Amino acid sequence: MNWQAIILTLRLAATVSAVLVIIGLPLAYWIAFSRRRWKFLIESLVAMPLVLPPTVLGFYFLLLLGRGGMVGSWLNRIFGMTLPFSFAGLVVASVLYSLPFAVQPLVAGFAAVDRKLIAASALLGASPMRTFLRVILPLSLTHLITAVVLSFAHTLGEFGVVLMVGGNIPGVTRTISIAIYDNVQALDYASANQNALFLLIFSFVVLSLVYALNRRAFFVGTVQ
Amino acid sequence: MSPKKTFFCMVLILCIFPTSRAQELHVAAAADLNFALPEIAKAFEAQTGTKVLLSFGSSGNLFAQIQSGAPFDVFCSADMEYPRKLAFAGQALPRTFQQYASGRLVLWVRSDSKLNFERDGIKSLLDPSIRKIAIANPEHAPYGRAAVAALQKAKLYDQVKEKLVLGENVSQAAQFVTSGNADAGLVSLSLAQAPELQKQGRFWKIPPEIAESLPQGVIVLKQSASPEMADRFVDFFACGAGQKILARYGFDVDPNPNHCGE
Repeated sequence: MNWQAIILTLRLAATVSAVLVIIGLPLAYWIAFSRRRWKFLIESLVAMPLVLPPTVLGFYFLLLLGRGGMVGSWLNRIFGMTLPFSFAGLVVASVLYSLPFAVQPLVAGFAAVDRKLIAASALLGASPMRTFLRVILPLSLTHLITAVVLSFAHTLGEFGVVLMVGGNIPGVTRTISIAIYDNVQALDYASANQNALFLLIFSFVVLSLVYALNRRAFFVGTVQ
Repeated sequence: MSPKKTFFCMVLILCIFPTSRAQELHVAAAADLNFALPEIAKAFEAQTGTKVLLSFGSSGNLFAQIQSGAPFDVFCSADMEYPRKLAFAGQALPRTFQQYASGRLVLWVRSDSKLNFERDGIKSLLDPSIRKIAIANPEHAPYGRAAVAALQKAKLYDQVKEKLVLGENVSQAAQFVTSGNADAGLVSLSLAQAPELQKQGRFWKIPPEIAESLPQGVIVLKQSASPEMADRFVDFFACGAGQKILARYGFDVDPNPNHCGE
């Protein structure tokens, strides 16, 4: 089994889920509670990775953030940093690519919170931040966990984006899905099988966790 | 520790866990080196203690990645053009540019194929049992271009072009055949002669009047973090012990390369 690739993939997935929680929470809050009429545009934007092929994202990523790109040349000049073919670049691309998997469950969770509770909290003098932390978030805890697990699992299984913006560099950007692709090309079906089986079982366990959670068969009593 | 805390600790550890940065060399290599180069890398590691990390792909793809800043130290192409272009563009060190071998194009089929190469030569591709012919993508793979050129030279291209399936690189083209999804492939001798493929099929060397051999070049890239070590690797690969291994995998190597010093 290719442990280097597995550890790299887990590291990537963990980093991406952490970043997605940080930007997903405010974004989902805004989508769930904003009354702007152009809100649907932002919602579509967030959902885009669901329908776009990864090559489109990968292509524009290379164009914008590559060494010759608008943002990329600026990053290179100021920070001496090149995003394509680096771990940081993979994180940025994967965050974009897994965005809907984090935001959509959160929006659904926030929207399902009884508005009367939110109003009551406000009437009792709590700031919106306090209401969010003490009322909305605890009531959507299962959704938060779903968001984290889904973005984690989605990043785990990513292939196209990683291949395009990461290249295939052992220890830096060769994730487990790329390692499998490599194994198959090298006709090393035994290693391909080991790595693929690991990913298969791991994904099944992760998804089972989500579904068990959604049925409340698992984390009963998490929400007091 | 509560489950929640354990979870957050795990996330934290995974996020900040550093990647090891021992002395290592990143080599981007054309897919026809898929079997020969790991052996060369191992021999180099044994001699120098430097770990060689390999990334395979089509030469054109690797070239594009290097141009966008992929952090490789050495580029082993399947042609001379891509490394030359990198040298011209100032992205590689011109004095390190040299030919390391020549590759040959072969027609490769699985053992169960009934084609008679001795009788029909390259025309055996017209056999009705051939429904799909795998080649590397000529857009960015030198062996793909060589395959198309050979088909054109043999005046077969128009008759078989509907049957062509394109692998991302020559190794994938070979894999299409071994997995039974294509009936024949135009691949490199270095792949066809590798033990993994040899036990699964047979090949026919396309004669030089139809397909010329492919001179292949290597170069050290400008952004290399350890150019001395990269130099040593190129020496080992293009002049030293690497040449014997390349020859064993079916590459034509120069017995007295004049570019090798000393």
